[in-house]
Amino acid sequence: MNRIPVQEVRRSLQIRILRHNPHDPASKPCLQTFELEEAESMTLFIALNEIRQTMDPSLQFDFVCRAGICGSCGMIINGRPGLACRTLTRNLPECITLAPLPGFELIGDLSVNTGKWMRGMSERLETWVHQRDLDRADIDQLEERMEPDLAERIYELERCIECGCCIAACGTARMREDFVGAVGLNQIMRFRLDPRDERSDADFYALVGDESGVFGCMTLLGCEDYCPKDLPLAAQIAFLRRRMVATGA
Amino acid sequence: MEIIYTDVLVIGGGLAGQRAAIGAKRRGHETIVLSLVPAKRSHSAAAQGGMQASLGNCLGASGDNEDIHFADTVRGSDWGADQHVVRMFTHTAPKAIRELAAWGVPWNRVQRGEHEITVDGQKRTIAESDAAHGLITSRNFGGTGKWRACYVSDGTGHAMLYTMSNQAIAAGIPVHERMEALALIHDGGRCCGAIVRNLQSGKLLAYVARATCIATGGYGRIYRVSTNAVINEGMGAAIALETGIASLGNMEAIQFHPTAIVPAGILVTEGCRGDGGLLLDAAGHRFMPDYEPQKMELASRDVVSRRMEEHIAAGHGVQGRFGEHLWLDIRLLGKAHIERNLREVKEICHYFLGIDPVRDLIPVRPAQHYSMGGIRTDHRGQSPQLRGLFAAGESACWDIHGFNRLGGNSVAETVVAGMIVGDSIADFCDSPEGELQVSTALVEEFGQRERQRLAGIGSGNGGESAFELTRLMQDTMTGNVGIFRHGDRLREAVDTLQELQCRAANITLRSSAPGANPELVAAYRLQRMLKLAQCTAYGALQRTESRGAHYRADYPRRNDGEWLRRTLATWPAPEATLPSLDYEALDIMTMELPPGWRGYGDKDHIAHPDTERRKHQISAALAPLGDSADRYTRQQALMPFEHLLPPHLRRRNQRLGDES
Repeated sequence: MNRIPVQEVRRSLQIRILRHNPHDPASKPCLQTFELEEAESMTLFIALNEIRQTMDPSLQFDFVCRAGICGSCGMIINGRPGLACRTLTRNLPECITLAPLPGFELIGDLSVNTGKWMRGMSERLETWVHQRDLDRADIDQLEERMEPDLAERIYELERCIECGCCIAACGTARMREDFVGAVGLNQIMRFRLDPRDERSDADFYALVGDESGVFGCMTLLGCEDYCPKDLPLAAQIAFLRRRMVATGA
Repeated sequence: MEIIYTDVLVIGGGLAGQRAAIGAKRRGHETIVLSLVPAKRSHSAAAQGGMQASLGNCLGASGDNEDIHFADTVRGSDWGADQHVVRMFTHTAPKAIRELAAWGVPWNRVQRGEHEITVDGQKRTIAESDAAHGLITSRNFGGTGKWRACYVSDGTGHAMLYTMSNQAIAAGIPVHERMEALALIHDGGRCCGAIVRNLQSGKLLAYVARATCIATGGYGRIYRVSTNAVINEGMGAAIALETGIASLGNMEAIQFHPTAIVPAGILVTEGCRGDGGLLLDAAGHRFMPDYEPQKMELASRDVVSRRMEEHIAAGHGVQGRFGEHLWLDIRLLGKAHIERNLREVKEICHYFLGIDPVRDLIPVRPAQHYSMGGIRTDHRGQSPQLRGLFAAGESACWDIHGFNRLGGNSVAETVVAGMIVGDSIADFCDSPEGELQVSTALVEEFGQRERQRLAGIGSGNGGESAFELTRLMQDTMTGNVGIFRHGDRLREAVDTLQELQCRAANITLRSSAPGANPELVAAYRLQRMLKLAQCTAYGALQRTESRGAHYRADYPRRNDGEWLRRTLATWPAPEATLPSLDYEALDIMTMELPPGWRGYGDKDHIAHPDTERRKHQISAALAPLGDSADRYTRQQALMPFEHLLPPHLRRRNQRLGDES
């Protein structure tokens, strides 16, 4: 009888959370353990809300869509970056350790300021379609045509939700605060692919042709391993690096 | 108190807010956007299946135009919509989508040649023309005469929001993230900005603005089972209500989406059914054709949700661990289609249900999804009662959805409203009315009031828990103000909500942590949400008819004679426990499309005497034009609307085959 028995007894989960409130001068970072009974189909979204509602109302964390699409709830789950909202507790051991994503300013407990970081990245890499007279585009006439396959390839890269998991999983980002990370390099690839963006490779080189950009990557592949959207980040970075070497030479 | 001065303050960083901000900024007005969360995490990102715009490019869309989109939307609304505004909307939607196409949204495109599609459970082969190749394609959605939902796989809202946010960044528009507006500053007739709480530090500050625009989305979280993001607590609508001056329209008009997964309540797109997916019961029987022979799975959402609940009540639901549900079957669409066009659905099924929709059935049941009601505005987005206050998107009621919104019309509305209202804000700022005289004493008075409210919550010793009361409110709304409503249950809900409002005054906080203090946030939002919940429940109790998503089991017929009226709710005094309701009649004699049968759902309704008169009037107006008059001339003869649009949005939309 090599069958796994049906789990009938509900597990008691020990959830250890790295706590710290930078707005409280008395607060010192520490791990705090909460015990709660596991429920059917419980996600970390459900578990953390239960802890806040019944045990510690001061616990800080971020959820918005709770459906794995908005990228708010990236955190370190048993040592690995991931989206908490779509992580089922049944796929984790009884002891679950949660910590805020490293690489971002801490707001409190599990809440970090990915928004500020991502806005800075967008401003620096100018992650928008650059086209002269865009504000005078003729919107009454038929739209410009695009090959269906190209539109799908752009969307493939556009699926990034800026959750920050790739930054938390990145060796270079640990060492270089100014590293744009896989999220930034992927954006460059997305706009480079887009015929509506008039920038040339030389323009992109000026943005990412150094160690804070594409040449900072050490190919550790943590970004791709932990990307919740399974974006082909390593291939994008490798391709971009070849293009930038050719452009810079 | 710190005061920040700006020309335009936009509260809400989703599609509507950011598009309005871009519009105002382009016209030279300094604009700041406030957002509860980083703007790209707004709930707009959750729109999956598509945006309606009558481009008419692909085969299933051929022949589509503004007229058909208009008629679909009005029928969808069960004649609750403002038809002038619907005309403005359907005319501007193709422009909105083309603007987004130019800005970078990777809309799916028409591929020439043969394709296999799934219609009515059968495979069919169609061929797209060479002429349409590379133009924006579209898919079928409920309640529409054509394939009109333009899409980016099933991440449409995400792609739109990222493009919009990036354009706002390019325009240099600051987004003050993690900021929550607690109150509108006003002098009784003119809105002058807002008192705002920093959700990181807990500090209060004031934004003084010549024009203030609320674009904070819906209030779905007053319900326990909702597809909405956790931030959709309606705080924008609530602070407008708390002025005691601005009114909220049709708050009882709440949409329930047919396909939320069980138990998480997460949405799977209407595109599943649009692309050919079916609804099955416990016996594996496809039941929708039994109820709705015309539109089947693709009747409007209110009708499909009601039929599903009816079918469950008749004993055909699947008994699951989390109660009863039905099945959504998209297996017949095939692996390739699902992995290309329904990839978010596949991901959601994988992570939350542990199933693969290529092989498995998806457990679904209707859940709260959309708020048709919101801040009442005129056709240019301004509050008729409070000058300088604007609203756009789901938080507004200007009112294109009436009592039921069509799928794909929400993201379309956000961008169209942003375009029109952004311009209208700029016009306002450019006019003498846009000048603002405000004393710092007034600002300080509002700041002081909010400071005292927050302190009052903190010092209470009544022992009530904000989290517990929130749960009770949500249970009441889901239990008593849901898909099937009844006078007795609604009265019970109104009583319970009044009681909860009293109890909410006795909340005790267990935490006094400096900074954001999530418990305090829950407490002050609850007090405001209870008012929205009460507007919804009380409005539903008073409306003794069934219209669109508002279905009264004790008044099952639509009653145009008495209820072709929009509910307007105001909050008379801070300590009041019920809203004041007023009604605004919809004038059939100005309608382009007089009330009738929607083409799905119940045929039986009580007609208004004006309906026949208007029909005769329309025939008389069209007769002299003869059969040769084009559709623009005929439309113009019935209900002119172009003059209501900003001049640069008035031109006709070119389509495939039109002379350019």
